Amino acid sequence: MTIVADSPWTRQRSNRAARLARASGLAGVRAKTVEADAVVALLEALIEPGDRVCLEGDNQKQADFLARALTQVAPARVHDLHMVQSVLSLPEHLDLFELGIASRLDFSFSGPQAARLAQLLGQGKLQIGAIHTYLELFGRYFIDLTPKVSLIAAQAADAQGNLYTGPNTEDTPAIVEATAFKSGIVVAQVNEIVDRLPRVDIPADWIDFVVRAPEPAFIEPLFTRDPAQISEIQVLMAMMAIKGIYAEYGVQSLNHGIGFDTAAIELLLPTYGERLGLKGQICRHWALNPHPALIPAIEAGWVESVHSFGSELGMEDYIRARPDVFFTGADGSLRSNRAFSQAAGHYACDLFIGSTLQMDMQGNSSTATLGRIAGFGGAPNMGADARGRRHASEAWLKAGREARDGLPGARGTPRGQKLVVQMVETFREHMQPAFVETLDAWKLAEQAKLALPPIMIYGDDVTHVLTEEGIANLLLCRDDEEREQAIRGVAGFTPAGQRRDRAMVEKLRARGVIRRPTDLGIDPRDATRNLLAARTMRDLVRASGGLYRPPRRFRNW
Amino acid sequence: MVGMETLHYAFDGGRALPPFAPALVGVVASGNLEVLVEPASGTGCRIDVDTSARGFGPIWEAVLRDFHARHGLGGLVVSIHDMGATPAVVSLRLDQAISAIGGATP
Repeated sequence: MTIVADSPWTRQRSNRAARLARASGLAGVRAKTVEADAVVALLEALIEPGDRVCLEGDNQKQADFLARALTQVAPARVHDLHMVQSVLSLPEHLDLFELGIASRLDFSFSGPQAARLAQLLGQGKLQIGAIHTYLELFGRYFIDLTPKVSLIAAQAADAQGNLYTGPNTEDTPAIVEATAFKSGIVVAQVNEIVDRLPRVDIPADWIDFVVRAPEPAFIEPLFTRDPAQISEIQVLMAMMAIKGIYAEYGVQSLNHGIGFDTAAIELLLPTYGERLGLKGQICRHWALNPHPALIPAIEAGWVESVHSFGSELGMEDYIRARPDVFFTGADGSLRSNRAFSQAAGHYACDLFIGSTLQMDMQGNSSTATLGRIAGFGGAPNMGADARGRRHASEAWLKAGREARDGLPGARGTPRGQKLVVQMVETFREHMQPAFVETLDAWKLAEQAKLALPPIMIYGDDVTHVLTEEGIANLLLCRDDEEREQAIRGVAGFTPAGQRRDRAMVEKLRARGVIRRPTDLGIDPRDATRNLLAARTMRDLVRASGGLYRPPRRFRNW
Repeated sequence: MVGMETLHYAFDGGRALPPFAPALVGVVASGNLEVLVEPASGTGCRIDVDTSARGFGPIWEAVLRDFHARHGLGGLVVSIHDMGATPAVVSLRLDQAISAIGGATP
């Protein structure tokens, strides 16, 4: 073993060299290439107790082979790891804590593992540092949560270790940059090793080891919404969004949430939107994953550009055929990048629209429910006013004027504001009211001993609340009481909605703070599924000219 | 049906409709409902609800009171077969049914 001279200024580099030296002697390790069955020994040689480790778990792409390998290391050698990764989606991500390999966690989203995470926390098997937005966690990779070892996933590598991530680049560049340039170590699992990569997404000298996984990395189609499941009420709310908000403000750049409500908007642009003469006036630029539901709008010429956080299974060939719309490499396939798309969504978009499970009377909203610690991924970043924004647009300026009109002092200084719309049916399935006096988040904070209740979007960032009963424009509210009544005034027959001050709600309606469908010239009886540009998955395939190939589970023909 | 709850409401003081043929809208399916509107003598509006979701009487009352305030019709019987529709869907179906009998206010 080489002894590396220790200087007080190069300890991290020396430590890295020592780790690489331990790995180089292992059977199955030839330069950068590692045999699959040597990976557990490799991880034991590379990782030291207490290390910060990023096990790439993105919103969609998972380094699943390396995750399994990490659960197989000897806890006597590798323990007390501090996991720093955006998404906990595989059981292995939590097995690490159960097995005593890891003990501390900083993350963004844990949707599928939220219940088990709450359980393990309750049993004292892990400590949570914080729950972040994606961009916030990536930011901390470069400040105080820099990974010592990162275990990542790519589509292919060449003999030198250059990586091709394929369409799901997602978090990989942010993770690798933070690790490789701070004397850390990067291990990549790839689906194949080839002579010539279609393109280089990550250069070889940022990568230390490459292993061909026995199975391709798992990718989840998270953004596919079957139009057959869109309800008439969602069509009604989509009509209200287009006519009452998008057209009203002239929204050019935007991000949509993941739900059926926003899928309905996408599918109404080429029909209802076209009828209103809005083509070219709204929705031209998007920070959005390649939603299949956007295909009809793209085909009808509504969409100029889409930059994506990740890809979506089945959309590969369609994207390849539409490089004027999507960001693609010289090889033709999509280049996604979660960090850049989150930055774009925050700073370069006029509007974010999404849904929630609960909203309180201050407009705070949360998808956190008791017994589940889920986090919010990118929503808090998208659904927040970008206070650093300086470039003007019609929508941003109008929102800012409405919010600041008549205010004194610093609060009255002219500036724009991001439109943040919460679109929610007053009752969810099983008659759960979406409007509540107190969010479950408060009880959850107490249970899980969190510093703050896990609020997804803060009430003072929300500009519009859209329900089947109407749109509440919170920008026009001048005090807390008006805000509260504006929210109650669209909260329908939920207990919180029935507690409205009817006279005040009528006054707010007269001022245009609350607008009912009829105030917008929308007859709810016109809200039929016939307005959807595609009513089935098959319609989406047809609209794409056969280029979209939905995953099997979405195919029922 | 086992587990169904039956609720009855009656509202007075409605505007009587000219004679109309009964109308049926919606379907009995999960999260949906069927609404049948038939003529009746007098100026009352009777609404009978069969619902699979028990324990939501106060919400039904608020939804139906709102419906009556919106249309103010008399001389009809409304029969609802509900499979857990949300109030939004219930109100929409009621409005569609009133349209179908020509009783909608523009």
